[in-house]
Amino acid sequence: MNDAVIKCESVYKIFGTNAKKMLQEANGNVDAKKFQENGCIVGVNNASFEVSKGEMLVVMGLSGSGKSTLLRCISRLTDATDGKIYIEGQDLLSLKNKELIELRRNKMGMVFQSFALLPHKTVLENIAFPLQIKGIKTEDSINKAMDMVKLVGLDGRENYFPRELSGGQQQRVGIARSLAVEPDIWFLDEPFSALDPLIRKEMQDEFLRLQEKLKKTIMFITHDFDEALKLADRIAIMKDGVIEQLDTPAKIVLNPATDYVKKFTEEVPREKVLVIEDVMDVPSNDNLSDLKVSKDEIIENVAEKILTQEKSVGVTDKNNKIVGTVHPSKIIHTVFGGRKNNN
Amino acid sequence: MELLKKYPKLFQWLFLLVVFFALCFAIDVPETYKFIRGQAEFVKDPNQSTYIIFGKEVRYYAFDNFWRLPPLLGWLPIWVNDSLFFLLNEWMPMEFWNEDTQEYKTRPLVLQITRNITAFMTFLIEFIREILLGGVETVVAFTSWDWLDKNPWAELPGLPWTIVAAGAAILGYKLSGKGLAIFAGLIMIYISVFGQWKPSMQTLSFILVAAPLSFIFGLCLGIMAYKSKRVEKALYPILLVMQTMPQYAVLVPAMVLFGIGDHAAVIITMVVAIPPMILLTILGLRAVPSEVIEAGKMSGCTNWQLMFKVLIPTARRDILIGVNQVIMVCFSMAVIAAFIGAKGLGWNLLLALNQLNIGLALEAGLCISLIAILLDKMSLAWANKQTDYFGNLTFFQRYKNTLFFAGAVLIGVILAYVGSFLFKDSFNYFNEVPHNKGISTADFWNKGVDWIWDTFFQTLKIFNTWLITEVLQPMRALYLRMPAVATLVLVVGAGYIVGGIRSAFTVGGLALFIALSPWWDRALVTAYMATFGVIASCIIGLTVGTLCQQNKYTTNFMLAVCDIFQTFPSFVYLIPVMMLFGVTDTSVLIAVIVYATIPATRYTIEGLRSVPTALHDAATMSGVTKLQRLINIEFPVALPHIMLGVNQTIVFALFMVIIGAFIGTEDLGQYILKALSDKKGGGKGLILGICVAFIALIFDNLIRTWVEKRKKHLGIA
Repeated sequence: MNDAVIKCESVYKIFGTNAKKMLQEANGNVDAKKFQENGCIVGVNNASFEVSKGEMLVVMGLSGSGKSTLLRCISRLTDATDGKIYIEGQDLLSLKNKELIELRRNKMGMVFQSFALLPHKTVLENIAFPLQIKGIKTEDSINKAMDMVKLVGLDGRENYFPRELSGGQQQRVGIARSLAVEPDIWFLDEPFSALDPLIRKEMQDEFLRLQEKLKKTIMFITHDFDEALKLADRIAIMKDGVIEQLDTPAKIVLNPATDYVKKFTEEVPREKVLVIEDVMDVPSNDNLSDLKVSKDEIIENVAEKILTQEKSVGVTDKNNKIVGTVHPSKIIHTVFGGRKNNN
Repeated sequence: MELLKKYPKLFQWLFLLVVFFALCFAIDVPETYKFIRGQAEFVKDPNQSTYIIFGKEVRYYAFDNFWRLPPLLGWLPIWVNDSLFFLLNEWMPMEFWNEDTQEYKTRPLVLQITRNITAFMTFLIEFIREILLGGVETVVAFTSWDWLDKNPWAELPGLPWTIVAAGAAILGYKLSGKGLAIFAGLIMIYISVFGQWKPSMQTLSFILVAAPLSFIFGLCLGIMAYKSKRVEKALYPILLVMQTMPQYAVLVPAMVLFGIGDHAAVIITMVVAIPPMILLTILGLRAVPSEVIEAGKMSGCTNWQLMFKVLIPTARRDILIGVNQVIMVCFSMAVIAAFIGAKGLGWNLLLALNQLNIGLALEAGLCISLIAILLDKMSLAWANKQTDYFGNLTFFQRYKNTLFFAGAVLIGVILAYVGSFLFKDSFNYFNEVPHNKGISTADFWNKGVDWIWDTFFQTLKIFNTWLITEVLQPMRALYLRMPAVATLVLVVGAGYIVGGIRSAFTVGGLALFIALSPWWDRALVTAYMATFGVIASCIIGLTVGTLCQQNKYTTNFMLAVCDIFQTFPSFVYLIPVMMLFGVTDTSVLIAVIVYATIPATRYTIEGLRSVPTALHDAATMSGVTKLQRLINIEFPVALPHIMLGVNQTIVFALFMVIIGAFIGTEDLGQYILKALSDKKGGGKGLILGICVAFIALIFDNLIRTWVEKRKKHLGIA
């Protein structure tokens, strides 16, 4: 794939004094326990994946699973112990300090869990900070920052200090700051974890609206599986530094690859996550009912209509062409059926 | 046995004590070493021995080696002295151009360097001093005396005191508001009206030179230590020793290198003031959240931008607290540096104390205390001030302080001009109230002192005699009765029990250094005075702290009192005790107790206050009485913090004991004081200072190790 914006090839990050040497001896077979006995902690263990342009990859894992470490390897806030990372085809690990700074100034933006705003600068100055670091004239940078303030809906508060804002507002500033240089790649490290549930939901919706408009290539870190399902194009689930499964939300819910992943999917209300396309059968010549549903409908929204039918329901695509069928029993099976054996 | 099982360390401590006392009784006091009325004195000994080490002759009294170790390090001060002398007078002679004689002259490199630094410092001090007070030195520095004789008008006029007072008030307003403005203005007016203007401004100019320079050096070194582990490791031991070394011990080597006067005082002040700045810089930079640093990096900061646009502004408060520390250390040094000829309030205080003119001393001391409080309040207000947004203010709002100051300058100049007509025949009181021409209260105080002496003489004397004969002398004799080997065993054993092998080696090494120096007996006397002071301070501090902590208002009141007392330079404490008890050991000890009680009280209050409210509530809900709660819950949880307070108490007590030499004690401090008046005293003073620092560091190591372990045990690390 040539349009992969981020590409990782067996990336390892191991903390400890002789991590490099131990990794060489392990020869690709990293056993976290064995490393720990020797005073090394495995952060990321053999991660390989790609993120293509405009895609949002959500990395989900509990604390200590290495998700933040993985993100920091890709943004090169820490150097990966081994492996290859390509950003738009450029070998990240071979970049010199100067080139790295150039890359960060123009291509990357990052949002942090604790907001990480500069306490001595106002909202506007915080947002203008990356621009001014680049050496853009004060006036231009302030104008640009003002656009960003409007984008995240903080107009009227641009001269406030971070200490005068609520958590949600502070994170809006963080988001605006990360977008100020118009980066192609957007890293978000648990951006909404420090917020109250209600504000978190509001911010998620806001975030989806922004992404709709901006179409950035995104790596989003979270420990919240529901958040991952809601936002992601694809989800990578991590445990102890290993990516357990990397797939679309629907496929993960329907086909958890390991027992660990299954623990998360078990409680998920599938009718809210899956769309008709995920559960439809191949089009057949059976006589269909009069009702037709779009393949992109979420099951919850159409389940009632389908369940009133006796025959299979036709599934249409955008052009109103029938691409599959769904029998009411399939809906019942999906929603209420045994969780162990699906499809 | 049950008890031993419950407290396994108890057995170790008991064993250690048994060994210690066994050693004490087993080793006899040598016959040449006699106790006269409880006082241990050297008896003139015909058997005095000498030995030669590294080409230096060291004299010592031949005792049993178990009783006192031979002073194997006796060559060290001599060696330090000789090296200093060599560096200064013989090493690397070079040709230097001499301005005055217009010819090349051969001079050793180090001497030339120190001369240049000296000249530079003198110029800086004179320059600032003349802005405040007026004078001709600065003009001369750029021209010559001859030129000045031809142009007698060329003289810096000096700011009238009214302008300085207004400036202080405006600065106070800018930093914190009306309260501080009024306070600053009143203090300045007080200083002027009571005739302390000149010495005060001399002291202030001293600080205005020393503090910014210390700040810059401290910040740079702090940044370097933050960036590089190696620099930090190299700096750390020096910082530790500097923090515990009595300020006045460093005066001696400075005197050797830079001579006597303000410039030497400034240089040595910087040496003392830089360590706290370094420590607080490192602390502040470390406390910047890692995500803020990452945010800076992801914004594409270069290392330079990251340091100056992200790290330092974020650590602003800690760094400014460092500035506060620097200013306070500079101020207390400005007083103590009077010993090497720094002019100003300290000089006046020293003179007054030497003449036993308590009234004058009190006046100077009061001035010192007031300025100390003002400087402390101002620098703290600066640290706590939040950055404000100026973008949408009008021109007047933005520059109102500057405008006000400009107005004050104008009015001040006019007043001074008017004054020159008004007070034609005497001094121009609107320009500067000369020293001793202001209102003086000295007579009043002197009469007060006389009255106290007349009225309470008997009582005070009885108390004094009782304390000295019944408590102090026996205690002193006990300390001196300890054989060196027994003391070393005690120290090493305590180190081992508290912190294992590593600690045992550290404290043992520190104690051994003192034991091998020629001043073990003096160190014991210092230790005895400090012990007495620390015990008394801890008892008072714990009691007062605990009592005050029961109530929110008394807590805040006590903390404020501690704040104020802490800002006073230690030297000031000697004035009232001399007033009451005259020139005796009692005076020193009372000063020690007063001074060292401050940290004991403060840490007790803070420790008790830091007990989590949840724990407090949980205890109350299980139905404890107040006393039960205090003993079972609050003290155990607060103990680590209180012990840190004890650590501070020890350092404070040692400082005061050493300064007490001025009144006339017989400990290490007295030897430091002697070294000050000795031309070859540089090495001696330095090693003596290090000895004192090591006494403090022994306790510091033990207490810190214990506290860390305890905190981990309680889960509050």
